[in-house]
Amino acid sequence: MQSRSHRFKENAREAIADPHIQAAMAKMKVGFTGKRLAAAARLPEFEALRDAARDIKNHSLANLDFYLERYEEKVTECGGQVHWAPTAEDARKAILDICQRVGAKTVTKGKSMISEEIALNEHLENAGIAAVETDLGEYIIQLRKEPPSHIIAPAVHVSKEQVEADFRAQHQHLPADRSLSEPTDLVNEARQILRQRYLDADVGITGANFLIAETGTSIIVTNEGNGDLTQSLPKVHIVIASIEKVVPNLEDASTILRVLARSATGQEFSAYTTLSTGPRRAEDPDGPEEYHVILLDNGRSSMLGSEFQEMLRCIRCGACMNHCPVYHAVGGHSYGWVYPGPMGAVLTPNLIGVEEAGHLPNASTFCGRCESVCPVRIPLPKMMRHWREREFEKHLTPTSFRSGLGIWAFLARRPALYRRLTGLGIRALGALGRRRGRFRSLPLAGGWTKYRDLPAPQGKTFQQLWAEKQKNGGSSK
Amino acid sequence: MPKPEPKVGLFVTCLVDLFRPSVGFAAVKLMEAAGCRVEVPELQTCCGQPAYNSGDRADTRAIALQVIDAFQSFDYVVAPSGSCAAMLKSHYPELFDKEPDLRAKAEELSSRTFELVSFLTDIMQVSGVEAAFPEKVTYHDSCSGLRELGVRDQPRKLLSSVNELSLVELPDADICCGFGGTFCVKYPDISNTMVSSKTESIENTGAGTLLAGDLGCLMNMAGKLQRSGSDIEVRHVAEVLADMTDTPAIGVADGDVQSRGN
Repeated sequence: MQSRSHRFKENAREAIADPHIQAAMAKMKVGFTGKRLAAAARLPEFEALRDAARDIKNHSLANLDFYLERYEEKVTECGGQVHWAPTAEDARKAILDICQRVGAKTVTKGKSMISEEIALNEHLENAGIAAVETDLGEYIIQLRKEPPSHIIAPAVHVSKEQVEADFRAQHQHLPADRSLSEPTDLVNEARQILRQRYLDADVGITGANFLIAETGTSIIVTNEGNGDLTQSLPKVHIVIASIEKVVPNLEDASTILRVLARSATGQEFSAYTTLSTGPRRAEDPDGPEEYHVILLDNGRSSMLGSEFQEMLRCIRCGACMNHCPVYHAVGGHSYGWVYPGPMGAVLTPNLIGVEEAGHLPNASTFCGRCESVCPVRIPLPKMMRHWREREFEKHLTPTSFRSGLGIWAFLARRPALYRRLTGLGIRALGALGRRRGRFRSLPLAGGWTKYRDLPAPQGKTFQQLWAEKQKNGGSSK
Repeated sequence: MPKPEPKVGLFVTCLVDLFRPSVGFAAVKLMEAAGCRVEVPELQTCCGQPAYNSGDRADTRAIALQVIDAFQSFDYVVAPSGSCAAMLKSHYPELFDKEPDLRAKAEELSSRTFELVSFLTDIMQVSGVEAAFPEKVTYHDSCSGLRELGVRDQPRKLLSSVNELSLVELPDADICCGFGGTFCVKYPDISNTMVSSKTESIENTGAGTLLAGDLGCLMNMAGKLQRSGSDIEVRHVAEVLADMTDTPAIGVADGDVQSRGN
């Protein structure tokens, strides 16, 4: 996917002016947060489980090479094949090779952010293979030719009315007078359309929430059951997963599953938790004939041992963006690439470079709400700050801002000079603003006064007044 | 229990020093009433957050060392701001990760540093104040104080002891107001969207006064309320707790009480 992260500010401005996006965000910002809070409150050990989940991911990352090789051995033992993909290009090629070898014309797909990351659909379409998204949200945005705006709710920015209009435009073979006013009408229509596509598909592609080293199993969680049909009906099942998805065993995955859905949607568990281990065995009633796993690195291994390693704990629940006031203001598309919100602000510069995605870690107030709900306790604000440090080191911080900061820091390090100059400046500003008590505009303060008044200072600094008080009697009372 | 008459160094914070010294005097009054001896070291300027949050670690470290030195001789270091207190308490030690000696000094400062209101309640065991404020007020929890220092119940507890004051809770009091230090001028459009949603909630409470514990957030919300024509007054919580509300509210001119109800 072509990145638009560098024009984050413009994207944000457009999103703020877009009533559809603002209406969708107003709705989502109360929905997800309330449900998560209730789910966490219902489970007394929720905080302890977050610690356990963090520890499992830390252990897996500390021994990633071991668990990945063990995972590959097990997949092979079960009759499957692991394809190591250092880059997005390698992953696309491996998938297209398999599809072409089996003569695939239609590929059904479960929801996968890795597929977005490697821009798989476009690649398959260019090779003449139809890629059909089967998750309802993904199906909607595929019709709209849009990228997802949220990692677990890809069409969260689209209203019910917009979906109805899209369905009427795209499904013209259906009666024009059918009712599509209720969400269930829309779900049923998508189901009806997709049912045939499942049966037509030659290859089914799913993502993975976990890869289990001990058994060679991959696990997905869904709420629609679309993943099950995607991976069990076609002759070939391809799992695409990034390397940090591996955990030692099923016990570990179960622990993390207990915080995943609660953090994401407030459900105890997603409606479907589906395990797949290798192709169909002789005694199995059904299942694919071929089972492939594409293991994608795409920059992740270089995060190991860096100040961004903890980001690899992320289990893609979306809680950080569900709770982010910046995300609520600008929506997911503003971030300009695959991963929005706080997790995207940390991960995206790692994957596509801080030169392209530098705005993302800067567009945060460090309010810390994301970290406070992260099920694996990723210190997201701290890592955004690390990106700002890298940008500062590389002189990517805008020059005007940098020189302003330089002057300020020069003074802040010289208290006597600072006191003298601020005393003078504040007196002047105080005199200017005395009549109204505030400024509607002020030179060099346009960023502030564009949208709000600037309160005028009281006239003297605290340090001046304090010194006067000490001189006039010593007591501060 | 704290030792009798502890010596407190007031970390004024740059915004209070420059824009609203009356908050500093309110802090001094509250701490003296609680039995502290308060001094104000001259060698303080700012906690260093503007540099820290802009990725300028070298200047941040220099400023941190200056603050550590300036506040060496105090039993406690107290700031009328959750954000600046959290900078000293939670972030200074991280600046010296690879230098055990400096880190130890930063941690020592951290152990003595507190945000004003939580210092009064948690350390000085203050359970009520001598003040009156005949107003319906609402309270915004600033992010750093709330999430980094756990300041939530403390201001509500002390406010409940203020005569004639009634507190109406602000829905989403825990959501950022969009200030974020340099964020509000680097991303003014986003900051505006955030503060607009905040001031809408504030107005919906029907309160006549908004209180909080951080001047940055207060100036942001006051500036937005005033720009949109609201007559809600905005003050630092310390002013009300110290019974020092004769000074005009934030952004209001001297002698010009904001017209109410017109």
